Amino acid sequence: MFSFIVRRVAYAVPTLLILIIASFLLMYAAPGGPFTTERALPPEVLKNIEARYGLNDPLAVQIWNYIWNVVTNFDFGPSFKYRDRSVNDIISQGFPVTLTYGIWSFIFAIIVGLSLGIVAAIRHNTTADYAAVGVSIGAQVLPNFVMAPILVLIFTLWLRWLPGGGWNGGQIEYVIMPVIALSTSYMANIARLARSSMLEVLNSNFIRTAKAKGLSERNVILKHALKPALMPVISYLGPAFVGMITGSVVVDMYFSTGGMGQYFVNSAFNRDYSVMMGITILIGVLTITFNTVVDIVYAWIDPRIRLS
Amino acid sequence: MIAKSSKMETLAENIVEQQAVKGRSLWQDAISRFVRNKAALVSVFVLIFITLLSFVGPMFSPWDYETIDWGVMGNAATMGYPSIETGHYFGTDDLGRDIFARTMQGTQISLTVGFLGAAVAVIVGTLYGAISGYVGGTLDNVLMRIVDLLLSVPYMFVLILLLVVFGRSLQMLFVGIGLFAWMDMARIVRGQTLSIKNKEFIEAAVASGVGSFTIIMRHIVPNLLGVVIVYASLLVPQLILTESFISFLGLGVQEPMTSWGALINEGAKTMQYGVIWQLAFPLAFFIVGLFCFFFIGDGLRDAFDPKDR
Repeated sequence: MFSFIVRRVAYAVPTLLILIIASFLLMYAAPGGPFTTERALPPEVLKNIEARYGLNDPLAVQIWNYIWNVVTNFDFGPSFKYRDRSVNDIISQGFPVTLTYGIWSFIFAIIVGLSLGIVAAIRHNTTADYAAVGVSIGAQVLPNFVMAPILVLIFTLWLRWLPGGGWNGGQIEYVIMPVIALSTSYMANIARLARSSMLEVLNSNFIRTAKAKGLSERNVILKHALKPALMPVISYLGPAFVGMITGSVVVDMYFSTGGMGQYFVNSAFNRDYSVMMGITILIGVLTITFNTVVDIVYAWIDPRIRLS
Repeated sequence: MIAKSSKMETLAENIVEQQAVKGRSLWQDAISRFVRNKAALVSVFVLIFITLLSFVGPMFSPWDYETIDWGVMGNAATMGYPSIETGHYFGTDDLGRDIFARTMQGTQISLTVGFLGAAVAVIVGTLYGAISGYVGGTLDNVLMRIVDLLLSVPYMFVLILLLVVFGRSLQMLFVGIGLFAWMDMARIVRGQTLSIKNKEFIEAAVASGVGSFTIIMRHIVPNLLGVVIVYASLLVPQLILTESFISFLGLGVQEPMTSWGALINEGAKTMQYGVIWQLAFPLAFFIVGLFCFFFIGDGLRDAFDPKDR
């Protein structure tokens, strides 16, 4: 187990380095410097600014400085657009918001998805099963950018129950719609995965044995069927995490929640490369860390993985 | 009685003439399984209809996708409602542009991105995976590590970064989506290749002196086609979703061109002014289209891989 963890972690580090270097090169290759404006700056001023941001150093030195600052101080440098704000300021403003509704979405998707899937499997071929399958098929074609307008249309414009956007310090009525919009399609996928793997497990021999021993239905499911049935769901958590963090961009834009996604898209329109890079790298770190943790948990539950 | 005897006669004739029993190939099997799947079959027809409509429909519309109806501009909520008389079958947006023509145009773009992207992914991914799996050893290791690396990158963010750095255009969107779409395919194909390459017919080909590349193209790739088709059919809606996501943010297809995602975005912005049709029609096409793709994908998977059922 220990060697598996070491191998997995050792693998994550070069991935991150490559991500940082690649996005740095991309930014470097971008046509027009970050200070190219419509009204050309006097060459002396431009020179001074470039010197201040270290843009005159050789490429390798720039990359090294950037990586060094990120690794040692977690410092992504200054924003190219807003002179008085650093990328860290922007991240520290947006990140808590994204994290709040992200965690709620994740919990919501897992709990509702699992319950739907497991109930559907236990009540196989009943109305409950068909309803659950129907919901999960329907939700498949409702990605976040479709859910968001539909929710606003129903709950804000027609019923007037919930505010159509804003954050307001994370009050519950501001969080509900972002969470539902973000989690619906992942909830559906989790439900489908849980249903099919639960069905497979319930048909296996050891479950028949457990039933033959006279265990109660409840015990059979909770003690014997649940753990193996959860495996495919656990391996889906990685992609779901990536999907939700990506989807948060849409949620931030549509509901103006002020999370990281909003800053990311705004800086995309402003060509504020350093902010985009900082956010991309931060998301990369999160994704890779999360995937590594999921892999380790998976290997911990299922010994076959770590031995192969 | 008579019917029975005639049947027996034909049977007897068959035996006398020693007609061979017609075997069914893997493909015929798959096709017959697919055709029996009602949802998938209906989806194919709906999708063909949508595709044809998106190309033929604009010819029957008096408006094209970028012309502004000055009489309606600014009054979309009161005058731009869907109507046959004005020629705006789906109504107009608040600029007075025809939603029907725009929806058709968006459908064309979204479908093109989906199919072209999937085609690129199939070609690159299949070759990459087949070569990696067949050659094996160090090359396999290196190629697959590269894929693993790329797969763990948050690709939507990098894609947006690419679009910003190299300019937002349809071509760049194609390239960007193509850059990331092939990797899952490569992995799946490699896995299949590993199991095929130890079969006897490959051994026979090697023994008779066929070159590696010819073996891959002639013997391995054709045997992969089933899997490739199934995953390609699942890839198309995924790519459409990716494109719509980016266009929804306003970073993909640029005005006056449009796509499903861009149309949904515009509709979502103006629905509060009472122009609900601007959201409803594009959304309906999007949802119906995606449903069709998912049903077809499921149908193909059942058809080519019946053990899953």
